[in-house]
Amino acid sequence: MAAVTTSAERSLNKLAIVGVLIVTMIFLAPIYWIASTAFKPRNLATTIPPTVVFQPEISPFVKLFTKRSQLRTAPTPEQYAAAPWWERLVFDGGEKVVRSGRGEVQWSGYPSRFMNSLIVAITSTILAVGMGTFTAYGFSRFKIKGEQDLLFFILSTRMLPPVVVAIPMFLMYRVVGLNDTHWGLIILYTAFNLSFSVWLMKGFMDEIPKEYEEAALVDGYTRMEAFFKIVLPEAATGIAATAVFCFITAWNEYAFALIMTNRRAQTAPPFIPSQVGSGLPDWTVIAAGTFLFLLPVAIFTFLLRNHLLRGMSFGAIRK
Amino acid sequence: MAHIQLKNISKTFGNHTALTGLNLDIADGEFFVLLGETGAGKTTTLRMIAGLEKPDEGQIFIDGADVADWGAAERDVALVLQQYSLYPRYTVRENLEFPLKPKIRRIEPDEIKTRVDRVARTLRIEHLLDRKTDRLSGGEMQRVSIGRAIVRKPRVFLMDEPLSALDAKLREALRTELKNIQMNLGQTFLFVTHDQIEAMSMGDKVGVLNHGRIVQTGTPYEIYNNPRDTYVASFVGSPPMNLIDGKLVNGRAVMAPLNFELPFAGGAKTSGATDGRPLVFGIRPEDVYLESGAPVEARVHDVENHGVEKILTLRIGDAMLRATVPARTDVEIEQPVRFAWDPDKVVLFDKGSGISLRHAG
Repeated sequence: MAAVTTSAERSLNKLAIVGVLIVTMIFLAPIYWIASTAFKPRNLATTIPPTVVFQPEISPFVKLFTKRSQLRTAPTPEQYAAAPWWERLVFDGGEKVVRSGRGEVQWSGYPSRFMNSLIVAITSTILAVGMGTFTAYGFSRFKIKGEQDLLFFILSTRMLPPVVVAIPMFLMYRVVGLNDTHWGLIILYTAFNLSFSVWLMKGFMDEIPKEYEEAALVDGYTRMEAFFKIVLPEAATGIAATAVFCFITAWNEYAFALIMTNRRAQTAPPFIPSQVGSGLPDWTVIAAGTFLFLLPVAIFTFLLRNHLLRGMSFGAIRK
Repeated sequence: MAHIQLKNISKTFGNHTALTGLNLDIADGEFFVLLGETGAGKTTTLRMIAGLEKPDEGQIFIDGADVADWGAAERDVALVLQQYSLYPRYTVRENLEFPLKPKIRRIEPDEIKTRVDRVARTLRIEHLLDRKTDRLSGGEMQRVSIGRAIVRKPRVFLMDEPLSALDAKLREALRTELKNIQMNLGQTFLFVTHDQIEAMSMGDKVGVLNHGRIVQTGTPYEIYNNPRDTYVASFVGSPPMNLIDGKLVNGRAVMAPLNFELPFAGGAKTSGATDGRPLVFGIRPEDVYLESGAPVEARVHDVENHGVEKILTLRIGDAMLRATVPARTDVEIEQPVRFAWDPDKVVLFDKGSGISLRHAG
């Protein structure tokens, strides 16, 4: 390639870089806000203008994971000295950690809600992507009567906002006892994501030359073996991209989680804002909860980033 | 080793007819080339023998057994394609091992290694064994593809234009190599191509396919010298056979719209070559020669220098005629020349049906 650049091109390049930086900053601003608030002392969380330089604290996270109550009187020096470091942080904030009769620390609802989110999002993603992959393979490789109609039918589940069916779903779930259960949410999220997963995976499957499997079939492998040995590794990129999308949808879902669950199977999204109401709103705790909540998606996306870059441009690049 | 027969095979895809009433007989150990243009039905034929496609009608026999209900695996054929027959994630060795590893074959690991090594030696790809297949050149890839087929010792080799994606030099080299492999193995090969040079140089037998029908089957010599119809005549040969409309008058060929005459000697050999019947005269370019005293005058329209020979396009009125002449012949464009043909080599075709009178008899 010729590396001849004129000065006009170079300054244009610089301009582009500045532009990209500005856009990046705009996109990252809310995330910075959440992350910084999660490490702020409570009194700095709502200052105007916002505090940018501060001594970061871990106390919002301690508060996030524990059950607390307001202190009527300041702790005695003995109490203060006997407390572990994290409990002192709570004391400093004018609160105390709630303990059981035997002195065990009471956890807040957050860890279990976070676990619920993980269980529901991961299971529904595996189900949606798994079923989607098989279905897409079938649609891609076999002649199916009414293929176009069936695909359209599958897509039609996404033609109205899911919340529209929330009330009927709630009533039905109550009858079959799926309210406030993991499986209840898993089934819902799998159903939401399935049509998306089928369509996306079909695109990827169509891109895999069928000659690969045919060579395997001729070589004496069964269709199943050919699928697992040849097609699946080739579809890895598509599976990764689809999985990220499905995971994000399930992870971030709010409305159904709010309606269908209240305690046992509640996920983090409806739980985090519910903390605003208990006592004075402590924005640092909410920010800490939100910050931790962002991490799984960020890590998941980061791990699959190479696949994603290729996956996002599906169809655009011929191998 | 296998003898393959296709009987009255028909196949349609939607409203596109791929094959109609196809009959084919490929003898054991034969290098059979199926020659045809794109879309003639070559690949469909191959895929049906491989068991990847089912015929709508007709039967396929491998060694006398009707294989209608056999899956691809049971037919024990090997397939080499133009591209995509190697797995991109595997190394060359893994690709060569792959056909030996299905559960149904039960081959010992030692045996697999011996076979892979032997094949690698035969094809001179030993130095590539540990390389990933996406790091191979086109020629190396096709060598490995052929290796993948050989390693399994199948009953039949099916090859779908395996050389078409390669550049000319490599194609020529692999052509010879493939033919040698086939002779050494003594196996049945069905080779599909649109390249008539491949067909002529490799095939023991050639089947010419046109619009889903076999037009002619025969040795390359028969196909070239005695084409069954004008389609075969114009498809096989480079440049193709000259086809000129005309009729016979008193043992002379009179070209109808063009008004020139040439002597014709083949009348006695060919039944149906009666005076006045509308015919198409076919003459190979190498049987047209320039001579100062020759009966017809033409102008040189174009000269193509091929090194060993020159291909001239002669213009007579509005018509063009190709002639292959020795390279030392000195001609210029627009130069008037006189030409004649070898009257023994002229092939007569019926004007209406296009069928050679020799075959129609």
